[in-house]
Amino acid sequence: MTTPLPPGIQLEKVDDRIMTLNVGPQHPGSGHMRLIIKVDGDYIVSCDPDPGYVHRGEEKMAEYRNYVQNIPHLERPVIHDSCNILYPYCLAVEELLGIEVPERAKYIRVIASELNRCVYTLYWLAIYGIFLGHSTMFMWPAGDRELFIDLLEAMSGARVTHAYLVPGGIRNDLPANFEERCLRQVDYFEKRLKEYQAIFYKNPLLISRTEGTGILSRTDAIRLGTTGSVLRASGVDFDLRKKEPYDVYENLDFETVVRKEGDSYARSYIPYLEMFESCRIIKDAIRKMPKSGSVRTKLKPNPKGGNDEVYKRVESGRGSLGYYIVSNNRPEPYRVKISVGSFRNLICMPYLLKGELLGNMPSVYWGLNYWPVEADR
Amino acid sequence: MGSETEKDEQPSETAAISEDAESVSKDETKKSHEEQGIDFSPDSSVHPKPIPEFEKSISDKIASKFGSKINVDYVRSSRIRISTKKEDILDVAFFIRDELGYDHAESVSGVDYPDSKEIEVVYHLGSYTDDKLATHVLTLATRVPREEIPNPGKDSTRMTSLREVFYSVEFHERECFEMFGVYFEGHPDNRRLLLPEDWADIPPFRKDFKIKGR
Repeated sequence: MTTPLPPGIQLEKVDDRIMTLNVGPQHPGSGHMRLIIKVDGDYIVSCDPDPGYVHRGEEKMAEYRNYVQNIPHLERPVIHDSCNILYPYCLAVEELLGIEVPERAKYIRVIASELNRCVYTLYWLAIYGIFLGHSTMFMWPAGDRELFIDLLEAMSGARVTHAYLVPGGIRNDLPANFEERCLRQVDYFEKRLKEYQAIFYKNPLLISRTEGTGILSRTDAIRLGTTGSVLRASGVDFDLRKKEPYDVYENLDFETVVRKEGDSYARSYIPYLEMFESCRIIKDAIRKMPKSGSVRTKLKPNPKGGNDEVYKRVESGRGSLGYYIVSNNRPEPYRVKISVGSFRNLICMPYLLKGELLGNMPSVYWGLNYWPVEADR
Repeated sequence: MGSETEKDEQPSETAAISEDAESVSKDETKKSHEEQGIDFSPDSSVHPKPIPEFEKSISDKIASKFGSKINVDYVRSSRIRISTKKEDILDVAFFIRDELGYDHAESVSGVDYPDSKEIEVVYHLGSYTDDKLATHVLTLATRVPREEIPNPGKDSTRMTSLREVFYSVEFHERECFEMFGVYFEGHPDNRRLLLPEDWADIPPFRKDFKIKGR
């Protein structure tokens, strides 16, 4: 009956009920990533994430360059949030080399990283809209994102890859009249942000597809070591800007957003509410910032780190982002490990998607605030 | 190695020569550097710092339990480092979770030391449940033997997985296995994660794997 197979070729035994689906690796919204999903009818039986399509060896590359040369390539894993991914690197190198940062630079860093957090969150929200087939929700955040990109371009000269934060402060001072322009745009954006409520967060389309799906309990969120909005959506009050304040966050007025539901809706809502807090931080920082002064402590030529190690972390758009740097009296770091929120939240994916409807997969997946390029590094 | 150290010394020698020749202008250049805000003072060296009270209470607790099996270092404020042998790491990890209150792993990093023929595996542990520990990251480190010609999964580069203690290490340990060749015994899923399926070279984050052209 059956024709004999050529040597070396095997046929996989196909189950009667279970079908295997490859979701990806070509991805419409972000970097490439594959989910190997087994479905029984419309229900997901198991999910095996397969990242690594955009692994670029950032950590290995960092071992070949000195502490200043490392700045521009280390922001590549997440170019929409480039200030926040450089922030812990700068803090770690400053601690390693014993550099003091001027007060004004600390405030400008906070402003830059909060503006960048909004850029990231708006991009994330735009893709969320696309994932759920809501094209207005793609257009609005993508348009409003330009406001912040313009501000960051005025600050640093580049639209997305700013390389603005450097060990010792920031690359250059703010342009003239930046404060007024920033306050005006943030005021406008806060009004605009309220309109998102009506079109997206009170939309029956979003609510029916996200409320009660992919529930992650508080215990599991802690046990799985999740971070960022995923953790705070499950009722854990943990934000490094409050818990381990770096630079001037302890002087600024803002609150941590926590929800107790732990479902996809809460995970989509928290980054949105945090944008209001970001606006508060920016306005408060502009008010409290010293109006003049140095913005950068110059490094020695080719600084060396000593026999030391340091672990520094900040709260990025996707959760805690840490750098572990080992140095050995050389101008280059001996080892750089980047611990990113996306990689830490990856473990939730098989856990949350099991038993879920296939139609809910996009909202659960994107609600985890997962950025493949950052996770692969 | 020899050529590298020579390269390092060269600039300092030339600097010494120029110092002799232009000893008059030395003060002026120093002044101008001060004006520009360039700091030429020696590197901040690691000197013993007094241990703050809270850090001391944690390190005392763990030292009284395990004694000479472990080595507790105070690296800097709210960063304590515990080094242990790979045979004891499971007991120490259970103690850290149950008695000290650390509940999740933030990262698992390998650090390759070819000179001492060892690979160090470093766990960074944090706590969400205990508010007092929120700023603290505990570093738990152990060293595994390193083979000159690696054969990942089959050689002596192996240690006990901490997955049954900290569930969150699952993907981090998989990454450490493929990047350093450290096999984690008891890990349910020691497959490749980030590297391509057809990767046939040595684990790429080891020091003897060189980037092409470097």
